[in-house]
Amino acid sequence: MSEEKKQQVSRRQFLNYTLMGVGGFMAAGLLISPVRMAIDPVLKAAGGGDLANVGLAVDDITSDPQRVDWSVDQVDGWYESQVNRSAWVYKNDSDEVIAFSPVCKHLGCVVSWEGSDQYPNEFFCPCHDGRYYKDGVNVPGTPPLAPLDEYEMEIKDGMLFLGDPKPHREA
Amino acid sequence: MLQKIYDWIDERIDLQPIWRDIADHEVPEHVNPAHHFSAFVYCFGGLTFFVVVIQILSGMFLTMYYVPDIENAWRSVYYLQTEVAHAQIVRGMHHWGASVTVVMLLLHTLRVFFQGAYKKPRELNWMVGVLLFFVILGLGFTGYLLPWDNKAFFATQVGLEMAQQVPFIGDQLKILLAGDASIVGAQTLTRFFAIHVFFLPAALFALLAVHFIMIRRQGISGPL
Repeated sequence: MSEEKKQQVSRRQFLNYTLMGVGGFMAAGLLISPVRMAIDPVLKAAGGGDLANVGLAVDDITSDPQRVDWSVDQVDGWYESQVNRSAWVYKNDSDEVIAFSPVCKHLGCVVSWEGSDQYPNEFFCPCHDGRYYKDGVNVPGTPPLAPLDEYEMEIKDGMLFLGDPKPHREA
Repeated sequence: MLQKIYDWIDERIDLQPIWRDIADHEVPEHVNPAHHFSAFVYCFGGLTFFVVVIQILSGMFLTMYYVPDIENAWRSVYYLQTEVAHAQIVRGMHHWGASVTVVMLLLHTLRVFFQGAYKKPRELNWMVGVLLFFVILGLGFTGYLLPWDNKAFFATQVGLEMAQQVPFIGDQLKILLAGDASIVGAQTLTRFFAIHVFFLPAALFALLAVHFIMIRRQGISGPL
């Protein structure tokens, strides 16, 4: 009998469980919408950007990397604006067009082709002397840990169209 | 697990007296609706506080999307209203909760008034309550402008004209609220935003603390 009694839920326990259950239900009901609203940006599907005409004819692309600047329409919540983008574009040995993002893979500074007189034929980042070979691969022993990103690309009517930066094909 | 964490802290800083002070107090029979159903009138104060908590929570989340700028205020509200999941519900909580707060506050005030619970020794708490009433009305007034739609704009213009009717200092008071002598615009919106989310809530918390501490000191007033 006394063994059985021990197994029973005591009055205090029952009240505790009931109050915690009701309280938890109320708290959850109160917080579910605010939390869902707060995490909405994480759950929103990222819309793939369209490719934009950067105003450069493929015939004008040489084997020397050149900087191209263009702007894209950006919708940022309730705010629409034009933002500037840039790329380093050249033709490699097999005549393929290559377009690198200038954002350094170390900490996000902007790299330039032959940005330092000391390192010809390389991309150079002035922040921490990060370097990349012409094919975008980071020079071992310099701060960057990955090759430069490459832009999505399309060639239409002899013009170059660029989209979003994607990881380097060798990465 | 939770019990172990609690025990670990309790062993060091002796938690029991703290939560005793907060949670463990006598509820006299005459205020317990389980004994006399009509005692539900004693719930209005607590319900007002509960709705205020909802207002604070929903308001905190709304500021994740809202911008107090005349170019973007309406657009940001429209954006959260149409594009952000559940944001319509959260803004609904804040919008309707504002009215519910005032209704509950009035019911609470009426109960205290008609039961004579404000009488000695509780006059001070009545005064603090009246200040709380003004703070809540101020929150309602300043919050009304923030969506920056036509209703908000013209209601605030009327409200500012009313402030201008105050004897002697009316003109200055209006400029102080609007941020400009004649324009209801960019400076008005930022001012109302600052008052709505920083100044008045700070006053509200301080007054609520005093209100509650005094209740605990003096106990609930006796039966009629």
